[in-house]
Amino acid sequence: MASRAQRMPKSLRIATTLFVILWFVIAAFPFAWTVWGSFKVELDFFSIADWTNGFTGERTKAVYGSAFTGAGYEGAWIQEEFWRSVINTGIVCFFVVTISLTLGTLGGYALSRSSHNYTFWLLMTALIFRAMPPITLVSGYLLPFYEWNLWGILPTTIIVLVAINQPFTLWMLHSFFKNIPSELDESAKVDGCNQFQAFRRVIIPVMWPGVITTGLFSFLLAYNDFAVSVMLLSESNRTMVPAIAAFLGTTQTEGNVMFAVAAVVSATVPLFILVMFFQRQIVGGLTAGAVKG
Amino acid sequence: MRHKTFFWFFLPTGLAMLLFIALPIVSVVTQSIFAPHPAVLVEVESCTPLVGCTTETTIDQDATAALRAEKPLGRFVGLDIYLDRGHLAVQELGEIWAANDSWAGFFSDLSNLPFYRAMAFTLTFTFIVTPLTIVMGLVIALAINSLHRHLKGLLIFFSLLPMIVTPLIGSMILFWMIDSRGIIGTALVGLAGDPDFSLKASTGLMWVALMVYGVWHAAPFAFVVFYAGLQTLPGDQLEAAQIDGASRWQQVKYVIVPHLMPLVTFVALIQLMDNFKVFEPIVGFNAAAHAQSLSYFVFNDMSGETRQLSSASATSVITIIGVAILLSPVLVRTWRDFKGAK
Repeated sequence: MASRAQRMPKSLRIATTLFVILWFVIAAFPFAWTVWGSFKVELDFFSIADWTNGFTGERTKAVYGSAFTGAGYEGAWIQEEFWRSVINTGIVCFFVVTISLTLGTLGGYALSRSSHNYTFWLLMTALIFRAMPPITLVSGYLLPFYEWNLWGILPTTIIVLVAINQPFTLWMLHSFFKNIPSELDESAKVDGCNQFQAFRRVIIPVMWPGVITTGLFSFLLAYNDFAVSVMLLSESNRTMVPAIAAFLGTTQTEGNVMFAVAAVVSATVPLFILVMFFQRQIVGGLTAGAVKG
Repeated sequence: MRHKTFFWFFLPTGLAMLLFIALPIVSVVTQSIFAPHPAVLVEVESCTPLVGCTTETTIDQDATAALRAEKPLGRFVGLDIYLDRGHLAVQELGEIWAANDSWAGFFSDLSNLPFYRAMAFTLTFTFIVTPLTIVMGLVIALAINSLHRHLKGLLIFFSLLPMIVTPLIGSMILFWMIDSRGIIGTALVGLAGDPDFSLKASTGLMWVALMVYGVWHAAPFAFVVFYAGLQTLPGDQLEAAQIDGASRWQQVKYVIVPHLMPLVTFVALIQLMDNFKVFEPIVGFNAAAHAQSLSYFVFNDMSGETRQLSSASATSVITIIGVAILLSPVLVRTWRDFKGAK
């Protein structure tokens, strides 16, 4: 790539560098600012008097004697019991990911190995389901869930999120299994395996990279969901995102916006770590669908 | 694979989608053509000596309960909910049409109807954010691709953050910054030279802010896809173009963009679907007074004290039809490809 003809003229090089720096600031600064500000008091984070207070923490020093304070975190985690929501989110994410992947690998494998007409229709139906806003389904859930006393509890939300997740999981795993040569399981069948044994002994050992990538996206869907969990979970079973939304409603009036800021930072940290460790898989997963077209 | 084997493999996922996506759609459609029973009212004449007789209207609890038990779906109203003032507002539409001679007047009156306002915002958001995302993603990909490889990894990491972050949380983070007391808000006040300047006060600025969030959130996705596409760029084509004397801009226009075209289609499709769902930023920006999307409309109907399920269902059905229309060109094309492949 670095041939002489490819080298950029100086003006373009400067423009590119400036643009990259600008994009870097746009992408990263909001996070850095919020993390920094979460250790301040509200009058520093939202400063009318002097915006530099946000950096130096003048008011925080005045109240707590140091430029940093964990008061927001203490308020969110202990006083408002944010840890309950954290545990709920953990439970929901764990089960959504495991169940989605179990159902999705079976279904995706079947779709990739069948060439009948209905395969196409099933994939198209899944595409339409994937495109529907999840909230449009919620009004269909509410009445039956009230009727059968299923509303408000975690298992209901888990199974609903699994179902909403399936179209995407199916598409992703379908295109992934397509890349595993079918000669592999065909030869296992010649050796006397039935289809399920071939799947278990030949396909499962080689499918993990695709499953991990799909699992990451299932996790993100469950973790980031707001529309479904806010409508289907009762107050005591709230996961993190609805809990943060509820903070806004209740704390803005009491002047405890910093609780919400601290909770927001707490909820972003796991995502940060996830990107750090799985950057390659995430990038790979985003492009896998694209390259297939 | 034989039909029977396929059936057993597909059964669990198929069942999940049937029970929790297909059946709810049926139930949503049903709810949208039934309205809850009104309470049964009875007139009771109560006579007291000296005062005389008065008639009072009270709710007949028993009769209401009996009616609800007998027909739990409610009373059949057909398309009434779709056509009422809260939704397609056919009657009001006719009046507005008759009252206005010019298109401008027609559209300004139309924007007083809540449903059309939500529709207008959803469509504006979808069709402005999607192209901007693609352009932004392409520019970022070209810029980062020209960097030294040690820097690339780091920048990709930070570029992923706006996309990976929970939409509600991401919009709240931005909202706190553009709040009139936040860091960007204060800067804007300084720029505008008006101490009372606030994004929250203006509908137009709120729409802009929501769209800025939309691009911020989605550009990394477009960037990653285009960046991967750039890695497979055939070097000889680019060289040939250079030998022919193509300028850098011409190389981008005639070699790089055509190479990325299938990816642009892919990103556009995903973005159209996702932007049409726009919902969380409106909650995060607390912007419902200025901008409502179709999804927010549904949410709003359901989350009130009185859950207006019929109204929410009607909007849901209209939204699903909208999604189907957006998706139809893709479906038709895929069907042709499928037919052609056979």
